Amino acid sequence: MRITRKEVEHVATLARLKLDEEEISTFTGQMDAILSYVDTLSQLNTDGIIPTSHAVPMENAFRPDETRPSLGTENALANAPERTDDFFKVPKVIE
Amino acid sequence: MEFQPVIGLEVHVQLKTNTKIFCGCSTQFGASPNSQTCPVCLGLPGALPVLNKKVVEYAIKAGLATHCNIAPRSVFARKNYFYPDLPKGYQISQYELPICEHGHLDIEVDGIGKRIGITRIHMEEDAGKLVHSDVPGLGSGSGVDLNRACTPLLEIVSEPDIRTADEAVAYLKKLHQIVVYLGICDGNMEEGSFRCDANVSVMPVGSDTFGTRTETKNVNSFRFVKQAIEYEIERQIEVIEEGGKIVQETRLFDPDSCTTRSMRGKEDAHDYRYFPDPDLVPLVISNDWVEDTRLGLPELPEAKLSRYQAELGLSLYDAEVLTASRELAEYYEEIIAAGSQAKAAANWVMGEVTRGLNDNGLAITACPVSPALLAELLALIDKGTISNKIAKTVFDEMWQSGKRPEEIVAEKGLVQVSDTGEIEKIIDEIMAANMGQVEEFRGGKEKVFGFFVGQVMRASKGKANPAVVNDLLLVKLKG
Repeated sequence: MRITRKEVEHVATLARLKLDEEEISTFTGQMDAILSYVDTLSQLNTDGIIPTSHAVPMENAFRPDETRPSLGTENALANAPERTDDFFKVPKVIE
Repeated sequence: MEFQPVIGLEVHVQLKTNTKIFCGCSTQFGASPNSQTCPVCLGLPGALPVLNKKVVEYAIKAGLATHCNIAPRSVFARKNYFYPDLPKGYQISQYELPICEHGHLDIEVDGIGKRIGITRIHMEEDAGKLVHSDVPGLGSGSGVDLNRACTPLLEIVSEPDIRTADEAVAYLKKLHQIVVYLGICDGNMEEGSFRCDANVSVMPVGSDTFGTRTETKNVNSFRFVKQAIEYEIERQIEVIEEGGKIVQETRLFDPDSCTTRSMRGKEDAHDYRYFPDPDLVPLVISNDWVEDTRLGLPELPEAKLSRYQAELGLSLYDAEVLTASRELAEYYEEIIAAGSQAKAAANWVMGEVTRGLNDNGLAITACPVSPALLAELLALIDKGTISNKIAKTVFDEMWQSGKRPEEIVAEKGLVQVSDTGEIEKIIDEIMAANMGQVEEFRGGKEKVFGFFVGQVMRASKGKANPAVVNDLLLVKLKG
């Protein structure tokens, strides 16, 4: 096994996903299959090969430090499920 | 058992750019909530970040000023966690390949020098701001303002080389001074432009294994950093001595009680599952770019401090005062550039100028007397046109009216009298009116000399050249 049931539960918690028993079993099986497949790569010798972080051979896309118009408060909040005054409103966050 | 504290600091420096790190929204502080937002910093689906070039320039500057290596290739990564101030569900940061590594800062505490290693400096975006009160209609909820989301930050991580709260403060002050000198951060700690997280652990003296550490978050003044670290050291020692164990956790400093407390419920948050952000291409920095940036660096406080002593002949104390801020140093240097003597100019800047600024609650950049005019005033003293004492009167007038010193001297008839004939006349009158004291002097009581100097200066309304007065008085009194 590449991945345990416990790990799947942990990742689900981190992703704020609520899975039932059956889903946990299904996903554990599927994720195990995926990881085993990816393991095929470890059969290759990759010494001295730079890890691929990007698929497109491109670098250094910049923008100058010049302001552009923002959306404005009304547009920014237009799709908010809930708002109050000029704020997005969310359930109470207590630190 | 004796314990040895071990401290490492993570500093977040907000960069002084016009726009955010990945979009063109303004970073202006204090705008109305959510007015400075766009699809990128709101995390709307499909919006793509593009890197602000200025942020890279500033990061290189910070790296060079702290003796770091600048990575020829670095990559942005996603740091994944859920919190309402983070609209995308991840923060764009750097992880495995940060822009700067392996630097150091030299600090001094009680005259003893020490080198503190800098592990890394990386670029990242800030989160939004949460409000929990003082908003109409908030009820039991929290409000989210995303103006600050995507504001550019540098995170500067030190090695665990720090051993005391005083060393931590010395390191932070030095770092603060450098980023402000570089012009990459406004240094405003109250507005959160320079904030610090402190990693603290303790181990038995002589041990070479660090204890379990805690991280105290967002301590936003030098004084609080000292208090937070000292409290945390004491707390950990107490826990261990009572047979307990330190839990690795995030703690929050409470300035009212000067204590730290655990932020519960964040245990999971440390599993950030970083991975390279496919939306941002790798950053490649050529050697030419680094060297061009190096040439453009301003003279840093450390270099200024030695130059002021070696070349200008100032004392360590004077040099430290004058280099404390870049603005003050530049003010001072402009006076020197206009031809004034280094020591005299230093005395005036640290004396009259500083007093005037303090009395009026002004910053040096708002000083009503320009360096050029102050240099003119010092030239008048040098030429003997006015005495140092009269110069102070002229300075006050310059402060009020903004007029040139020569103009004030002419208007008020303050020119110093060095004409021996005129001074002799005054001396004769004073002596005639005070024959008793003249006899005392001649009888050996030399202390009355000061009395005569005072009388002559008063009679001349302070305009007599003191050196000439001294010489003439001595000759005449001795008879």
